[in-house]
Amino acid sequence: MASNSCWKRLTKWLIIACVSWAVLAQATAHLSVGAISKVAGKRNAAIEARIPVAIQPGFHVNSNTPSDDYLIPLKLKWTAPGALEAGQIAYPKPSQEKYDFAEKPLSVFTGNFDLVAHFKVAPTAPAGPGVATGKLTYQACNSTTCFPPKTIDINVPYTVQ
Amino acid sequence: MESGLIVRSIRILLIILTAALVGWIFYGRSSPRPVQAAGVKPGKDRHDAPDFALKDAAGKVVHLSDYKGKVVLLDFWATWCGPCRIEIPWFTEMQRKYKDEGFAVLGVSMDDEGWEVVKPFLSQAGVNYRVVIGNDETAQMYGGVDALPTTFLIDRDGKIAAVHIALTDKKDFEDGVEQLLEEANKVADNRVR
Repeated sequence: MASNSCWKRLTKWLIIACVSWAVLAQATAHLSVGAISKVAGKRNAAIEARIPVAIQPGFHVNSNTPSDDYLIPLKLKWTAPGALEAGQIAYPKPSQEKYDFAEKPLSVFTGNFDLVAHFKVAPTAPAGPGVATGKLTYQACNSTTCFPPKTIDINVPYTVQ
Repeated sequence: MESGLIVRSIRILLIILTAALVGWIFYGRSSPRPVQAAGVKPGKDRHDAPDFALKDAAGKVVHLSDYKGKVVLLDFWATWCGPCRIEIPWFTEMQRKYKDEGFAVLGVSMDDEGWEVVKPFLSQAGVNYRVVIGNDETAQMYGGVDALPTTFLIDRDGKIAAVHIALTDKKDFEDGVEQLLEEANKVADNRVR
């Protein structure tokens, strides 16, 4: 009995430690994605999902239309949209920032912004909940250092009404 | 009673581990690292540069140990890294300037796409030193090398004399290389005497 309770408490603390680590890791990454609100629509309806993105202060990521060919763009691609048909993705207007390591200003995203993903509910979509999944690729730098490109999973919860 | 003690110990351990992780994440991993000064370490504080075997553009395996007896500037870089692109012409110039004094630049590209993107860049930039394609294993041997550029100055004995993380002043590199070449010359002079 005592041993059983011991394992329960141990498991609880392990879960707390893992969640804390995951939350902190997400919070301190160069780019983090906030909670994505559930979207809903009837068959054939056009719906949009807002994906809140935050760039760590002091850092930037290349925009979806970088200034030079060698720069890796921020890009969102749907890998499994489920019962939704993926449409256009609206990226924010990039800012033009000048850094010591580049001769001309670079097209970048900084701070907080939303990506707006447009979908159409498939005509044959079954009613009920689902999740559209995609991958967000980005590459972050500050004024003197760059970090390897990263890809993170994006999940948009939806309901077909 | 005993199990309660174990749980308490594990709980304390987990709190310590979590605190260490927080510290590592905030200060060791994600914070923009300051540009390091030239800081060539005294000989006694230097550690062996880990050896590796990586292929160059011609497919030939290059070992760092092949360079023993030379002062080496080991540059971890990538084509997508703007600050790295600023330093590369400096290294090309330094290779030309110091190569006859026992100096060599060795570039380690961290591009996932490999030679497909690296070869055109080397050709376009007129790089005159050897470049190999790195991997995670090599990066781990050198402390992770997450931030680019990261540049190591290695003395003639194969020991790391300086590390520069981030875009660094050209003069810091030159001063470091000249200091290491001079050190080697002094040792040679003392041997002659």
